[in-house]
Amino acid sequence: MVNKGIKRLYTFLIFLFLYAPIIVLIVFSFNNSKSRGVWAGFTLKWYIELFQDANILKALYYTILIAVLSAIISTIIGTFAAIGISNMPGISKKIVLNLNYLPVLNPDIVTAVSLMVLFRFLRLDFGFTTMLLSHITFCIPYVILSVLPKLKQMNKHLAEAAMDLGATPFYALRKVVIPEIMPGIITGALIAFTLSVDDFVISFFNTGKGVSNLSIEIFSMTRRGINPVINALSTLMFVGLMIMLLIINKRTEKNELEKGEIR
Amino acid sequence: MKMKKTAYPYVLWLGIFIVIPLLLILYFAFTRGDSQNFSTFTFSLDNFKRFFTPIYLKVLGRSVNLAFISTILCLIIGYPAAYIISKEKVSKRNIMILMFVIPMWMNFLLRTYAWLTLLGRNGLINSIITKIGLQPLDLIYNDKAVLLGMVYNFLPFMVLPIYSVLVKIDKSLIEAAEDLGANRITVFSKVIFPLSIPGIMTGITMVFIPAVSTFIISSLLGGNKYNLIGNLIEQQFRWTGDWHFGSSMSIILMIFILITMAFTSKFDKDKEGGGGGLW
Amino acid sequence: MRNKLIILALVLMMVVTVVAGCGEKKPSINVYNWGDYIDESVLDDFEEEYGIKVNYSTFATNEDLYVKLKQGGESFDVIFPSDYMIERMIREGMLAKIDMNKVPNIKNVDEDFMNLDYDPNNEYSVPYMWGTVGIVYNKTMVDDVVDSWDILWNEKYKDQIIMLNSQRDTIAVALLKLGYSLNSRNIDELEEAKAELLKQRPLVWAYQGDEVKDTMVGGEAALAVVWSGDAVAMMRENPDLDYAIPKEGTNLWFDSMVIPANAKNKEGAELFINFLCRPDIAARNADYIGYSTPIPEAVDMLPEEIRNSKVAYPSDEFLDSVKLEVFKDPMDIITEYDRIWTEVMSGQ
Repeated sequence: MVNKGIKRLYTFLIFLFLYAPIIVLIVFSFNNSKSRGVWAGFTLKWYIELFQDANILKALYYTILIAVLSAIISTIIGTFAAIGISNMPGISKKIVLNLNYLPVLNPDIVTAVSLMVLFRFLRLDFGFTTMLLSHITFCIPYVILSVLPKLKQMNKHLAEAAMDLGATPFYALRKVVIPEIMPGIITGALIAFTLSVDDFVISFFNTGKGVSNLSIEIFSMTRRGINPVINALSTLMFVGLMIMLLIINKRTEKNELEKGEIR
Repeated sequence: MKMKKTAYPYVLWLGIFIVIPLLLILYFAFTRGDSQNFSTFTFSLDNFKRFFTPIYLKVLGRSVNLAFISTILCLIIGYPAAYIISKEKVSKRNIMILMFVIPMWMNFLLRTYAWLTLLGRNGLINSIITKIGLQPLDLIYNDKAVLLGMVYNFLPFMVLPIYSVLVKIDKSLIEAAEDLGANRITVFSKVIFPLSIPGIMTGITMVFIPAVSTFIISSLLGGNKYNLIGNLIEQQFRWTGDWHFGSSMSIILMIFILITMAFTSKFDKDKEGGGGGLW
Repeated sequence: MRNKLIILALVLMMVVTVVAGCGEKKPSINVYNWGDYIDESVLDDFEEEYGIKVNYSTFATNEDLYVKLKQGGESFDVIFPSDYMIERMIREGMLAKIDMNKVPNIKNVDEDFMNLDYDPNNEYSVPYMWGTVGIVYNKTMVDDVVDSWDILWNEKYKDQIIMLNSQRDTIAVALLKLGYSLNSRNIDELEEAKAELLKQRPLVWAYQGDEVKDTMVGGEAALAVVWSGDAVAMMRENPDLDYAIPKEGTNLWFDSMVIPANAKNKEGAELFINFLCRPDIAARNADYIGYSTPIPEAVDMLPEEIRNSKVAYPSDEFLDSVKLEVFKDPMDIITEYDRIWTEVMSGQ
């Protein structure tokens, strides 16, 4: 059918648009020339250069460290906050939820400069700490938003029943509530992790002392012009992403089989 | 259950890291003085007066205009894509939607940088064009390049919410309409499209907000020539150090976005949607 | 009760995150320099020799540096501002006097670069690099003689012109074109310069920083306003490029090493400054970045092509033949500069 052909073509064009730039980056990461338009033979020298670049390796270290820390901390605070919020009376629940939406909806740059002003006001030294604090701040709301729906789905009387049977609130929380909302917690942690890895604007304004993440490093590299090392970096990040996705996909496939439903 | 206390640490966090910073920005916006010395601050509306002069209004106009056009483009390109995908078989559509998400997870700056390599005067596109004997084109450092960068970066934000609404539409509604003699166009315009409006609205907010406030796309692909309001804010905080003027522009940007939100959320019946709906 | 314990634990965790990262105790110095302005292997050598770790980060313009310093929150031990910015920082009490006894290598610096106007008694600064501002152009794309700033307003080169994304330098180009002093304190003249720059905007392809090197080496644009050292680096990679200093005159600038008043490791900073004044180290930097070192012994160690370069080391006769001006601190009218620059960058 003609109709089907058009649909196929359209999806093909869209995916071409989405992937062409990435593929070009990947291909040119093996190009034996700094030029962007001409193919000058295969090389791995940009990868070697990448792994010898102390700045990039340091940035990678900070990116991962901050992402892991902010994912863990924001998940813990966020999960408890979500449990607390779901038990709050109407008005205060509404207020907290709306405030929680602020960092989600505010443009990054506004969040970034407002935190910068705050840290300055508190006379904090810009560096690792300020960057971590700002990452935790913009991650928590997403954790809460992914845990809350699970709490809503959960049977309200479950925890009460546990406590009626003699469980302490803490025990009920640990043995009943947390396992029930675990999928939401994991999603929240993953979101926090990816948001933190990907962040540029907020880190850019709230770092110092030579502490930088990959985004900041890439930004300053692009400011210096075209550099095939960036292509090599993109390729590695893309491959890493694909591997991560494959793992997650395996997991969700298993979940789907169990539930027989797709989210 | 007395578990609401577990939210208190976060409420404290919320106060310190979200509410106070915004209050500080508000305070800066309505004062003048040496940005680094609170004792010099005096109440003033000068920041806003300065902003409401033609030169800065033009920047705001340009930002809104570019963001608006890119949002519309994302909608025009994204809606059919979301629609086509939603009609696919479950297994196939999951893969396709994943393929939309993957580039989004790639570092934002790398994605923008990719276009720098493609569009440059010596870039791949131009070297192909000159190979076949045509004159090279000027593809970069103009507003079209900025627009392209926006559409490329934010298209998935439009497709995903529309898609998630479309797949939730009850198939029996469509069947019922067909049984009642509606043709495919009527089914689309009277059933599917109205039902997908909440998704469209979420998509619009999710594209418009980052587009109107970006400063990276305009500086990388626009050659620092197409200053947007995001660039102005960045410059005030990083170059000129006029935090008062910068803060007033942040407030204006926030108000602008709140208005947009109020407008789009009118159509969004699914209140839990919003930014979180994506996930 | 347990609930309270959880809350306590969470609060404790928040405190820990705030405090974390304040630990680290190995002697280190924070160095803040222009992007692409040092041979970074020199930093490793310093660390090896003195056991002091160098936290190195970069800025793009003097204004960037000033704001970063003024906003505080981060303290630096060695920074590299230019002449007029040093003057301003001294005036505002932002710099510490350097103990020149700890910097014996300052004797290597040519007398011509000592006791300049911005630091009359040479108490605060040690010269690092110097140079001029001029036009780098591609000989295959420009057939006019490049001898005036006017060429940057020539319609023929629409979308072929790269201007510096730097407030002071770009405003200076317009002032010079109009025949005014680049230190003009006359608002009318500055407004005229603004109008000139706005008029030029449609012809400008982009306002660039360090990436201008790539653009010009790649032959993507015909003309660019650059600092002389960058011109040397570009001409080394693309022989089609040449550098001209317009007849209206230009800016002569000096970048020096200074120590901020709130430096935490002043001794380390002085060691570092002294290290960079060692002729072999200065030569390595000058060779790597292409800029001109004020240390004659270092110049002698440079490869011939750079040592004899008229761009990097112009003859005294040449320097006398053009009108060269050093930037001065604009003081009270700095806000005018900020405003004009913001308006130029926002114009259509």
